[in-house]
Amino acid sequence: MKASFFDVDGTLVRTNLVHPTWFYLTHQRSPWSSMARVAKTLARAPLLALSERADRRLFNERLFEAYAGMSHDRLHLLADEAYETVLKPALYKGARDLVQRSVQEGHRVVLVSGALDFLMQRLARDVGAHDVIANTLEMQRNQATGKLVPPVVAGPEKAALLRRYAQQRALDLGQCHAYSDSYSDVPMLSVVGHPVAVNPDTKLRTLAATYQWPVLELRDAS
Amino acid sequence: MITTSHPQVVTLHTHSKPRVMFAGDQLVMADLPAGTRVVYPKPPLEALPNVDAAIRHAINHPVGTTPLYARLKPGMKVVIAIDDISLPLPVMRAPDVRERVLTILLELLADHGVDDVRMIIATAFHRRMKPGEIKHMVGEKIFNAYHPMRLCNHDAEDPRGMKEIGTTSEGEVVEINKRAAESDLLIYVNLNFVPMNGGHKSVAVGLAGYRSLKAHHNPYKLREGGSYMDPERSSLQTSFARMGKLVNEALDVFTIETTVNNRMFDKPLAFLGKNEDELSALEQFSMKALVRTLEKMPQGARHAVFDKFPAPYGVTSVFAGETEAVHALTLEKSFEQLLVPVRGQADVMITGIPFISPYNVHAFLNPLLVQVLAQGYLFNLHKGAPLVKKGGTLIITHPCTDKFDQEQHAVYAEFVHRVLPETRDAVTMHKKFEAEFAQNPAYIQAYRTGYAYHPVHPFYMWYWGEPGREHLGRVIVVGADNEYIPRLLGYETARTMGEALEMARGVHGPDMSITMMHTAPMLMADVTV
Repeated sequence: MKASFFDVDGTLVRTNLVHPTWFYLTHQRSPWSSMARVAKTLARAPLLALSERADRRLFNERLFEAYAGMSHDRLHLLADEAYETVLKPALYKGARDLVQRSVQEGHRVVLVSGALDFLMQRLARDVGAHDVIANTLEMQRNQATGKLVPPVVAGPEKAALLRRYAQQRALDLGQCHAYSDSYSDVPMLSVVGHPVAVNPDTKLRTLAATYQWPVLELRDAS
Repeated sequence: MITTSHPQVVTLHTHSKPRVMFAGDQLVMADLPAGTRVVYPKPPLEALPNVDAAIRHAINHPVGTTPLYARLKPGMKVVIAIDDISLPLPVMRAPDVRERVLTILLELLADHGVDDVRMIIATAFHRRMKPGEIKHMVGEKIFNAYHPMRLCNHDAEDPRGMKEIGTTSEGEVVEINKRAAESDLLIYVNLNFVPMNGGHKSVAVGLAGYRSLKAHHNPYKLREGGSYMDPERSSLQTSFARMGKLVNEALDVFTIETTVNNRMFDKPLAFLGKNEDELSALEQFSMKALVRTLEKMPQGARHAVFDKFPAPYGVTSVFAGETEAVHALTLEKSFEQLLVPVRGQADVMITGIPFISPYNVHAFLNPLLVQVLAQGYLFNLHKGAPLVKKGGTLIITHPCTDKFDQEQHAVYAEFVHRVLPETRDAVTMHKKFEAEFAQNPAYIQAYRTGYAYHPVHPFYMWYWGEPGREHLGRVIVVGADNEYIPRLLGYETARTMGEALEMARGVHGPDMSITMMHTAPMLMADVTV
């Protein structure tokens, strides 16, 4: 059995973690509540920007603090709409074909993303992926604490999660594929036999050229 | 015994000047021993004075079938399939003859009320042509009017885009582009550069998918023998013909074939096709200056220089009508340009490896393509018998740099660095690796929506070299910049031509016979033993 591991943001969809977060911030119970959350998050924007530069995991953790206090019910009630209005229209044209071809070739398709699991599950259902490795919000008394349930899916941790997934299913990682757009996912790309740079950032493109990894452009796939 | 047989076949003497040869995107001078026979290309045939008139005449006076206008009905569905830019090499200076044919065809179709017209570029497993390349090939007017909806690349991996026509008596599945298969009339516009192309290969291969291609693009078929440049003797071409006949039985096919002369380089480089001992003082100077300049330029700049200038080919014939009748005439014209009679085979064949092949248009000639040029195309540029004896030596000049175009040839890199270290045996790799590559979703996506060759294409490139590998005793590469790649390809290395010849002498003896194929420009040896 082979598997294909797909990073999501920037790889399969043009959005990033901020877009669905923004959707939730602006879809609170009342306009006042939304405005308060937006204002609070905007005030933390410089900190988020610094975190993003320093460490992808740190950025994820700080961004998800914006969810603190949102109820489990509300998060899930709005998940379909968030998926339909934010993620689905942002799916790259070639992404669905690529995932479906992987399924057709007998690969177990896994979405590996720093995004929230309940959104990734909807994406997986839509494109035909089998499994999701994504972040889960910590809940206390039916409310998000703003923290993530460890391990936080980001950067090198993705590689460890891939290894664990493969081990549990007796997959030979040498036969597996991994797809990402970001240099921060090099650890994940490096543990499989078939790494693929998708819509790569400059650093990843350079690395892909050095190691002769294939490069796909799903952004402008016709 | 080797004898001179034609003005284009020159035997060197002790005072002969060095011969100029391609070594990738450089030119090198090689001092060859007295007695070496050098086969030069024929001068370019005279071009047709009025190409448009010739196209109109061919379409209105087709061979073996009714004129095109008599087959047109308002409302019918017409597909025009077109050869891609894998040929000619280098790219033809605008207007490409395909643009001229299409302009006249589209006008004729419109005049007869045929407006459901699609144009499909018959790429098979080649990379898709880029919009700019399509525009160069068909001209701005047609491009703007038809691209991308009604002028597009063939996609052999489109799950809804292929249709099975039937199966031949030999069990070959014939499956082609669905749109073409469902058309009321399929017109094929070919540009014939070498006799391997055109005829039944155009539709049966150009518009095919994996199920059809694997029927003949495999090591067994390639080992059956016969040069694929010599259709009468080629087992591969026999398979194409069987499949093409089936297509023609099922569909209404109208074939248009054109030939061009071998004017691959403009005047400043015309010396490349001439006897070095007969060059004028100006040509001698130009040649030496070019050799020196290329030597001093960085690789990227050298490639850019060659890539920048399209070739001033002249159109030498246009034929239209029934596929086989048309192709017989095309082959005659093609051979008239290319064939140089040569008497006797040689122990050693020498040839330069240029910077271009059908598979690296606007890209670097990677090591696998060096192989397909050496043991595939250049070895097969013969009619009758091979130019070199069975078990003979092929000496080539090329740096064999370990470099691959990321966009077009990423899968080639994997083939060279993963498959070749394990095996060079075509059957073993066919059995062990081909299916895995064929099913690689990333490479398939890169072929379908990027500008990459199909993932089994590198295998085809290796199989394509099989006739040379089967026939030749050894290949020696002169001027390789590394040892690793030649070793992977199964080549020996020599620092100089003298060293390579000395190595060959060790096998063939001091009186070995040597023949140099002085390409490019293009030529073929018509060898009688």
